[in-house]
Amino acid sequence: MSQAVEERHETRDTDLGDEELRARLSKTWGTARGLIGILSTVDHKIIGIRYAVTAFVFLLAGGIMAIIMRLQLARPDSHFVDAELYNQLFTMHGTTMMFLFGVPVGEAFAVYLLPLMVGTRNIAFPRLNAFSYYVYLFGGLMLWGAFALSIRPDVGWFSYVPLANLNFTPGKGPDYWAQMITFTEVAALAVSVEIVVTVLKQRAPGMTLDRIPLFVWTMLVHSFIIIFAMPAIMLASSMLIMERLVGTQFFNPDAGGDPLLWQHLFWFFGHPEVYIIFLPGTAFVSAIVATFSRRPVFGYLPMVLSLIAIGFLSFGLWVHHMFVTGLPEIGAAFFTASSMAIAIPNGVQIFCWIATLWDGKPVLKTPLIFVLGFFFIFVAGGLSGVMLASVPIDTQVHDTYFVVAHFHYVLIGGTVFPLVAAVYYWFPKVTGRLMDERLGKWQFVLAFTGFNVTFFPMHLLGLHGMPRRVYTYPAEMGWGGLNLLASTGALLFFASFLLMLYNMIASARSGALAGDNPWGADTLEWATSSPPQPQNFDRIPCVTSGSPLWDKGDDKAVVGGLKVDERELLVTSVTEARPDIREESPAPSIWPFLAAFATAVAFIGSIYTPWAVTWGSPVVAIVLVAWFWPKTIEENV
Amino acid sequence: MARSVIDVSGLPTYAFGSRVTPWWGTFSFCLLEGTGFALGIGGYLYLAVTNKDWAKDAVPLSLLWSALFTLVLVVSALPNFLIKRAAMRESLRSVRLLLLIMSAIGLVLIGLRIMEFSALPVRWSDNAYGSFVWLLLGLHGVHVLTDVADTLVLAVLMFTRHGTGKRFSDAEDNAFYWYFVVLSWLPLYAVLYWLPRL
Repeated sequence: MSQAVEERHETRDTDLGDEELRARLSKTWGTARGLIGILSTVDHKIIGIRYAVTAFVFLLAGGIMAIIMRLQLARPDSHFVDAELYNQLFTMHGTTMMFLFGVPVGEAFAVYLLPLMVGTRNIAFPRLNAFSYYVYLFGGLMLWGAFALSIRPDVGWFSYVPLANLNFTPGKGPDYWAQMITFTEVAALAVSVEIVVTVLKQRAPGMTLDRIPLFVWTMLVHSFIIIFAMPAIMLASSMLIMERLVGTQFFNPDAGGDPLLWQHLFWFFGHPEVYIIFLPGTAFVSAIVATFSRRPVFGYLPMVLSLIAIGFLSFGLWVHHMFVTGLPEIGAAFFTASSMAIAIPNGVQIFCWIATLWDGKPVLKTPLIFVLGFFFIFVAGGLSGVMLASVPIDTQVHDTYFVVAHFHYVLIGGTVFPLVAAVYYWFPKVTGRLMDERLGKWQFVLAFTGFNVTFFPMHLLGLHGMPRRVYTYPAEMGWGGLNLLASTGALLFFASFLLMLYNMIASARSGALAGDNPWGADTLEWATSSPPQPQNFDRIPCVTSGSPLWDKGDDKAVVGGLKVDERELLVTSVTEARPDIREESPAPSIWPFLAAFATAVAFIGSIYTPWAVTWGSPVVAIVLVAWFWPKTIEENV
Repeated sequence: MARSVIDVSGLPTYAFGSRVTPWWGTFSFCLLEGTGFALGIGGYLYLAVTNKDWAKDAVPLSLLWSALFTLVLVVSALPNFLIKRAAMRESLRSVRLLLLIMSAIGLVLIGLRIMEFSALPVRWSDNAYGSFVWLLLGLHGVHVLTDVADTLVLAVLMFTRHGTGKRFSDAEDNAFYWYFVVLSWLPLYAVLYWLPRL
């Protein structure tokens, strides 16, 4: 089956010197100019940047909603916004932060970094990757476009029935919400499949399972969690839209259904979702702690086992969101135990990171400072989480600001602080320039102070009985002071992001030049130029340890014999990463964009008529055939 | 700098089974779609256990069309196995013939599923039981439809100048996915048609 004999005349990388090889590969793997070229690109780095920029725009949008809510709550009896708009704001804030920012931003970093870290030239299924981005973009634009046109979901980011049923919420708000779910989950599932395959099959030769960077292990576990969790929410949101559109009875207790079925399906996804959002944060932390401690992370094996344990346990917790729905006692006890148990692998990870810093020589650059902030905030959020796992406490503070404080400590502490660290850490790789350190440290002061001033008082407000999702409160309750404090903190916290935005723009123009490896890091993304060439590596490296860039010795072995004028990459075996196949990576194509567009039209149409699915499917099918049909005879060999 | 080189120029450009990336892609999609089926069945059983009005006055689903469907589907595993084998041998003649057979079987299955829907004694809007019957049959039907469409396109492809090399690997991958379509039906069949009769 080998075509090697016939292909002998074609140019291979071994035939060329370094400079000519770089130029030729760059041409082969490059992205064409012009609108069609831009929309056709399959370069994982370009798509990763698009994912990240889009996610950050949604972060800004969700953040502005939060600020409007905090301004409303700063004083008692305030009428800055009315109850209806307030409901829309917290629904859009939660939905945007979870589905349009939290999940995609983790995927964004993986899409950009993972192929570099494992030493390959592109992500697996690069056209699917392009498709997933457009589907995500269209889903986000659809939700926000509808919002601008006053079609606004206002039933919370969880859209509980019966409130979300047609009887109680007429109009199209929840339908747009449900279809946005379908869009973003299609995108997240596609990226997860790409990550799994890239990690298992496209690692550089020699990168055996025990030499995979912890970042990559984390994103592998993250992808498996998505693969098993997201089908639940897709199923649930499809059931919801069918309930509203064609009159199914899944959640109607009078017709044999049950509103709790919605809650079970939602939280079967919703709790793993917390880890889907949090695990990329731990991936960033593992990379940053190792680099700035100047040693590999302490306890590689317990770290990997903890990740896998978190992956499994995250599916055994969902019912702790439903403690007040009247569960059998034995069920509640089981889910209390499992909710507390997940603190163990999380604790193992924290201790391994601390041991790494302890044993290393920590360099206090901005990325590491934000990681230290993460330790403090995330551990505080974890402790209130262990409290909430106990049914009596949960029953007492359910639907109060205590819960709001808890999950913002976990999600912002666990994800956003590592994310800011990651931005400072990988910015030089992406742009070739370092971000300003002085501004970075000021940003940390603003963010850490602002965050704690905002969210710590919410613990107290919750214990004082202030409920969530109320647009205002009477002065007699005595909640005014702490709320004013929280709102002041929110402005500080928001300002820290504006400072980061300024730092990014200014540094991209005139920051200090970074070079290939400004931090002296050990993983392969730092072995190539900043920003990397379209082909990522001129010659695919071979790996002999878990920290390839810290290896002593001059003999850096590389792969030779790949074609230069075709998009050829190396497929290796799953466990030992032995070279196995020279597989052709798909070339740029406009069809993924068109397929995403056709899918978007069908999905949006289905909000208004089920026939949109009937008429949309053949169109999508035709576009998909065009996508997959070989264009040249050479693609078959 | 001294640099040793691992020569990969002699490696093949495609292979079969779990050596290639599409196999792992298909496998991942089977995992996530399988999770969807499992959760669908889970929802059905959850309501059956918790709601006393579940399937009240329901007429059991007819066994005729579903039995024919199941029979044809299970038998299709044989030509499916032969396609896989022929693809790995890169025998164009056999692959073409078997793809035509599998396409025909697929069209018969779609016909049987349409008959099934038209004979259902319950509508999706009657009650939650009806909603689930339509949902689960529909969900599996979409899988049948998708893979039959894929098989038809592949059959056409193999009769063009593209019917060579890597396309045999595609044919094998398509056969792999068909096994998932067959296997995912069996628990659905048991739950929808036989469990209510116990």
